[in-house]
Amino acid sequence: MKNKNISRRSFLKSIGAATVATAALSACRRTGVASEVTNDYNNLAEPPIGQMAYRTNPTNGDRVSLLGYGMMRLPVEGGGSARESKSVIDQEQVNRLVDYAIEHGVNYFDTSPTYCQGQSETSTGIALHRHPRDKYFVATKLSNFAPANWSREESMKMYRNSFRQLQVDYIDYYLLHGIGMGGMDNLNGRYIDNGMLDFLVDERKAGRIRNLGFSYHGDIAVFDYLLSQHDKYHWDFVQIELNYLDWDYANEINDRNTDARYLYDELQKRGIPSVIMEPLLGGRLSNLPQYLAAELKRRAPQSTIASWAFRYAGTPEGVLTVLSGMTYMEHLKDNLLTYCPFQPVTTEEEQFLYHIAEEIVGMETIPCNDCKYCMPCPYGIDIPGIFTHYNKCKNEGTLPTNTNNENYARLRREYLISIDRTIPSLRQADHCIGCHQCEEHCPQNIRIPYEMDKIDKFIDKLKRNGIV
Amino acid sequence: MLRKIRIPLAVIFYVGVTLLFLDYTGAVHHWLGWMAKIQFLPAVSALNVLVIIGLVLLTFVFGRVYCSIICPLGITQDIIARLNPKKNRYTYSKAKNWLRYTVWGVFAVTIVLGIGSLTALLDPYGAFGRIASNLLQPVWMWLGNLLAGIAEHYGSYAFYSKEVWLKSLPTFIVAVVTLVAIAVLAWRNGRTYCNTICPVGTTLGFISRISLFKIRFDESKCKNCSMCTTNCKASCIDYKTHSVDHSRCVACGDCVAKCKFGALRYSFAPCSKKADAKVDESKRAFLTASAMVAATAMAQETKKVDGGLAPLLDRSVPERKTPITPPGSLSARNMARHCTGCQLCVSGCPNKVLRPSTDLTTMMQPVMSYEKGYCRPECTHCSEVCPTGAIRKIDAVEKSSLQIGRAVWVAANCVVLTDDVSCGNCARHCPTQAIEMVHANPNNEASPMVPSINENRCIGCGACENLCPARPFSAIYVEGYEEHHSY
Repeated sequence: MKNKNISRRSFLKSIGAATVATAALSACRRTGVASEVTNDYNNLAEPPIGQMAYRTNPTNGDRVSLLGYGMMRLPVEGGGSARESKSVIDQEQVNRLVDYAIEHGVNYFDTSPTYCQGQSETSTGIALHRHPRDKYFVATKLSNFAPANWSREESMKMYRNSFRQLQVDYIDYYLLHGIGMGGMDNLNGRYIDNGMLDFLVDERKAGRIRNLGFSYHGDIAVFDYLLSQHDKYHWDFVQIELNYLDWDYANEINDRNTDARYLYDELQKRGIPSVIMEPLLGGRLSNLPQYLAAELKRRAPQSTIASWAFRYAGTPEGVLTVLSGMTYMEHLKDNLLTYCPFQPVTTEEEQFLYHIAEEIVGMETIPCNDCKYCMPCPYGIDIPGIFTHYNKCKNEGTLPTNTNNENYARLRREYLISIDRTIPSLRQADHCIGCHQCEEHCPQNIRIPYEMDKIDKFIDKLKRNGIV
Repeated sequence: MLRKIRIPLAVIFYVGVTLLFLDYTGAVHHWLGWMAKIQFLPAVSALNVLVIIGLVLLTFVFGRVYCSIICPLGITQDIIARLNPKKNRYTYSKAKNWLRYTVWGVFAVTIVLGIGSLTALLDPYGAFGRIASNLLQPVWMWLGNLLAGIAEHYGSYAFYSKEVWLKSLPTFIVAVVTLVAIAVLAWRNGRTYCNTICPVGTTLGFISRISLFKIRFDESKCKNCSMCTTNCKASCIDYKTHSVDHSRCVACGDCVAKCKFGALRYSFAPCSKKADAKVDESKRAFLTASAMVAATAMAQETKKVDGGLAPLLDRSVPERKTPITPPGSLSARNMARHCTGCQLCVSGCPNKVLRPSTDLTTMMQPVMSYEKGYCRPECTHCSEVCPTGAIRKIDAVEKSSLQIGRAVWVAANCVVLTDDVSCGNCARHCPTQAIEMVHANPNNEASPMVPSINENRCIGCGACENLCPARPFSAIYVEGYEEHHSY
């Protein structure tokens, strides 16, 4: 994510500098060209105002911006995002980002009591409260994941607290958070047995919730069950994971997951609009290995890698909004450029992206998005850190797997040094005890202890082949 | 001439031995490991007959050049003495025989009785090793870590960083005190330590009295200018009587270079009458030295929110009833008898397992503990570097069945019982499959799975202890064996 934006920025800067220089040279021949070129550059770097694409919610006519702001990676004091860092959120920066987003037409803001290690709702409330209530839609969730929060009292407390934190008296979009994780038992424990779902339906009647929906990851039985109850609950929207990799390959990458095509089609059959999460798969679709990135760049030299994924996610008609967790102004501007104005992907481009997806599937990386829902591991393991490091080496082809490879000794040394640089030794895979507590939190349904064990054995084998 | 040969050789040995202690990558040992093995006391301790004979012969032919070239502590003193700007400051003094023979006697007794910590304290090579590994290696590692930081910035893998930690406070203090004492003595009087305390110096002194090459006076050329005496760091030249105490002379050649009249020569000559008178004593001394070697030989037989990292408590050291000594050390007794506490194994241990003992009788000798790592199956580094025979050379195959201790399970700490989770990390990582997960209650199939240790297969490597999730105390820890054995 970070790299992409930096490179885009510097790329644009150099283009800009070059064009300005060219313009200056040719100015003596053709007057007026210089200003034209400068305008071109501005159009590439600065998103225009008033060009945002909107979709209409069929149930109540809300005009929702196609780009939604995900408030799960807010910036913190001292740099970085609140998911990695324990620092406090940089509220001034959040206000700036929100102001800029609203100015450019973004009106959907998605948060949760769990985001940013629990700081997101408060921060979102502060930033949005500075704008007229009819200028934005705010979405939050009943994130009662921990069994300690399953009781009606605790869940109710969480629900009421959202109003206080967000400083609102109605919530535009309210979601059952992450249903499917932990299967039907979890759904029953969190929403059915304690009567919370019925309560939320009543709250919608009372107008304190304008739209009721759920976000889905994991066990398809839960998704199917809730849709089968559509006549009873009248879902106003459903939040699903959709991107050009998950459309047809989610199941192929992990047989516990379901293709986005199925999820979207099921919603379309019932006329339920889709809110899209993970359009970038947590950055995996922007941090492509260089040979794939080059393929995208050859088709559209001036488009960022990420913009392809965002255009893809916004293309289906049934999509209400595409969420993106934006930490930096660069993220926001880049995404605004994709949606202001919006160009859907053509059928031919769509096929091209599926070809890229096929290549990614062939790499056999661990499908971790670095979403950090599994964290903190009670035994201190840096789960996403370990997977991201492994995937990076896999993507770059630097995994020392073959002892006959002439570069084996070098790759082995580099792998062992780099894993120690990336992850403190106490947080590495060999310390995973296999308690499986993380597994139910993984939206990608990764068999975390199993993958940890594989990586542990891989590293142990490397170590046994000599010292660094 | 002597000086011109001595200084370059001394520099080579000094840099080489120092590098052995600084290096934490295991690369240097392959090339320079022999420099530790030719040190006198380690060779005696290891009963390395060839080296002992070689050093005895070397001294018999050339005098105590060992002290001027090979011994790193001797060269350390030369360096410190040289830093003192005051020239011509030494004076002749009589040999303090009562002191050096007493120390030598005590030293011999400690060896015979196997009081390792005292032996180690007196060994010059061991003393240098402690100074280098406790005071110089951290600086070296910090530099390395700095380079690793720079390398990381540029995406290079040329350097990697390594944790710098205080392995034992008492040993660190011993190193500091030794350095300060040596420095003060050297600054003021040159080689005082070598000629009053050092048991190796005293031993070699017995031989150097009768060495073939030695510093000789040509009385006819001497103008009694005193330059030889005031530049003798061993304080062994008396210009008034034209005599040199060869038991204390370290054959540095400074006097030869300082004498403007050519009255001093380092030369080969048959024994003069005067030397004859001393032969008996020398013979006796030589026999005593040999007896010491023999005595040593005999002694040796024997609401969940997403993100963030859970804080981790530091590991505490369990109280082991029997300390664990590294594989290859045969037994606690063998370790105590042979080790001179030089820290070569400690400073090179790549798994952060070895540290100097803090126990009074085995002070500074290596013991194992598994808070920061465990004794990995592929590593036999300490057994390769040890110059004293305290840790005998073993290979990875021998190590795989060498039992240095056994794991003990502490139910009260086990997360399976305290946190109600499934674990088994100890069993998964046991290199000998000595740990089997069994039902906590044999009569209840539904009871949680806890580790059981087959003591006949456990080798005491500490993988289980190190990787146990229970903190600060592991739920499984290793008790050492006094005698190692194989299964």
